[in-house]
Amino acid sequence: MEKNNNKAWLYLLPSLIFLGIFMIYPLFDVMIYSVEEGYNFASQSFFGYGTYNFSYVLRDPYFLQALKNTFLLVIITVPISTGLALLISVLLNSITRLRDMFQTIFFLPYVTNTLAVGLVFMLLFKKTPYTDGFINMILHWFGMGPVDFIEGPYWAKMFVTCFYTIWIVMPFKILILTSALASVNPDYYKAARVDGTPRWRIFTRITLPMISPMIFYLVITGFIGAFKAYSDEVALFGTNLNAAGMNTIVGYVYDMLYGDSGGYPSYASAAALLLFAIVLTITCINLLISRKTVTYS
Amino acid sequence: MKIVLQNVTKRFPNRNKKIKEDVVAVSNFDFEIPDGKLIGLLGPSGCGKSTTLNMICGLEQPTEGRILFGEDDVTDLPPENRGVGMVFQSYALYPHMTVRQNIKFPLENRRGADRLSKEEMERMAKEAAELVQIEQLMDRKPGEMSGGQQQRVAIARALVKRPKVLLLDEPLSNLDARLRLQTREEIRRIQRETGITMVFVTHDQDEAMSISDMIVVMDAGVVQQIGKPQDVYDDPDNLFVAKFLGTPPINVFNGRVKDGSLYLGEEKILDTPSVGDGPVTVGIRPEGFDIDKEKGVLTCALRSIEVMGRDTSVVANHDAYVGDQLRAIIDSEKRPDENSKEVRFRIRPSKVFLFDPETGKRIRY
Repeated sequence: MEKNNNKAWLYLLPSLIFLGIFMIYPLFDVMIYSVEEGYNFASQSFFGYGTYNFSYVLRDPYFLQALKNTFLLVIITVPISTGLALLISVLLNSITRLRDMFQTIFFLPYVTNTLAVGLVFMLLFKKTPYTDGFINMILHWFGMGPVDFIEGPYWAKMFVTCFYTIWIVMPFKILILTSALASVNPDYYKAARVDGTPRWRIFTRITLPMISPMIFYLVITGFIGAFKAYSDEVALFGTNLNAAGMNTIVGYVYDMLYGDSGGYPSYASAAALLLFAIVLTITCINLLISRKTVTYS
Repeated sequence: MKIVLQNVTKRFPNRNKKIKEDVVAVSNFDFEIPDGKLIGLLGPSGCGKSTTLNMICGLEQPTEGRILFGEDDVTDLPPENRGVGMVFQSYALYPHMTVRQNIKFPLENRRGADRLSKEEMERMAKEAAELVQIEQLMDRKPGEMSGGQQQRVAIARALVKRPKVLLLDEPLSNLDARLRLQTREEIRRIQRETGITMVFVTHDQDEAMSISDMIVVMDAGVVQQIGKPQDVYDDPDNLFVAKFLGTPPINVFNGRVKDGSLYLGEEKILDTPSVGDGPVTVGIRPEGFDIDKEKGVLTCALRSIEVMGRDTSVVANHDAYVGDQLRAIIDSEKRPDENSKEVRFRIRPSKVFLFDPETGKRIRY
């Protein structure tokens, strides 16, 4: 038995080494960085230990802006994208003709490069001296004034960001939900039909509980993904997100490390740990709620 | 409620799109199911029995023909307006609901004037649960129950809205052998107590024979024979019905009628004065054989003897036999010597059926 145990550890060794170097060591390193005060990147020296880095980050207006942006993004995009994906999946599931075609179309954004999508969104939304962009053209038809979505007011930029995020995350959700819907035993629906169950009641009392584990999975991963948003914002507004006022927490961490004002791994670590704490809290809350609403058969 | 099927036909478009011709699942089904009886639809898989059940239920629309409940034409009515209850092969119990919620579910669907009070629903659910004897399981979820208990819940859920007709799709196929015997008695009891018209589908002839008032034998979408189980067994209309009913199955021989007598090989078995000369297919039930060393008319090569207590199964072979080995069921006390090479049988004429070798139709004599 003892010998077998040693063998097992031996087999696990390669992955443990890599996990240790690239996952566990950095994790502890981040924690250490975050409490080293006055860390100097060039000389690799610091004054002492304390919580100054956290209080600095929490008072930094750029971080607060990033925090606000991230929270708005999460609160807006997760429910809307999940709800829309559910709606589209249910519709997809109820048609027979052209279903494969629509499924392919809805999945296309998933295989498209983020930056390419960003370029398309720029074309749609960006206002230049020569053109107001496609969306503004449509707005104009309805008698609404041109809005600069990329460099204009905060709400317009937020709208584009949310729109973009929702569009990017939907395909995966639709994929998961259509397969979840298809896996519900049709006998349940037949039984409900024999009992004269109204359609809405079938949906809320049978379909939703049946696919609730998948919805829950999508909500959790959706929350985590949205909290970690960064590349989508870069695709839309370029790398100087602080100037655009559209930075996210991950963006703030990046800027603190490598940005123009960068070179502060301690602040970056503190911000990263704050993000970790937020995601952990939200996920725990999600898990608590799910105990009552999600049924695993 | 009596159910009348008038020339009901169901055609599906062929799955293989290259074949234009439709698949006929049920062809020209014409039958009147009497009120308050238990009817078994019996046939091999793919014979159209489930489709027939679904059409009675309203889940499928017949391509042609009408379906009447009593005097009312329900052909175009959706299932919920027909007053039917259905028990599915998979039971289709909602896994996230307790037994109580499952049974109440059909009642909660009622709207408007039919709407029931909470107390009324509770009372009806309790009544249905008592009928199938699951009152003590009301707060369990389907996943926490055995197959037999789930089956009872499914029946309770189908009965709770007091349907005029109860339909069961392969009700016993997911149960183990012992539970199957018990549950089929249970279904019989529930049918007697409620006096409801019940139609159930099965591929198991034992099941159908044991509890049905009448059985309908189907094959390839066509009704082969309708009647009381014993009548159908004793007097099959064709070779398919004869082969499908009975365990062990009927023994089939290639025979010949010459000068008013039936021959198997060179042996003269029976006098069949009214049958014209020519080849016939002969079916002899396993219980139609008697051992008779001196006067036996059918001489077979003995293969083995299987004692099963009261009865003994004699496995033998005969040149005219179609297939590998014939099987005769005889009284254990009269079983032949195991070491003998040969066994001679007397044949009971009432257990011998003649069929047209081409069409499989019964030739009566």
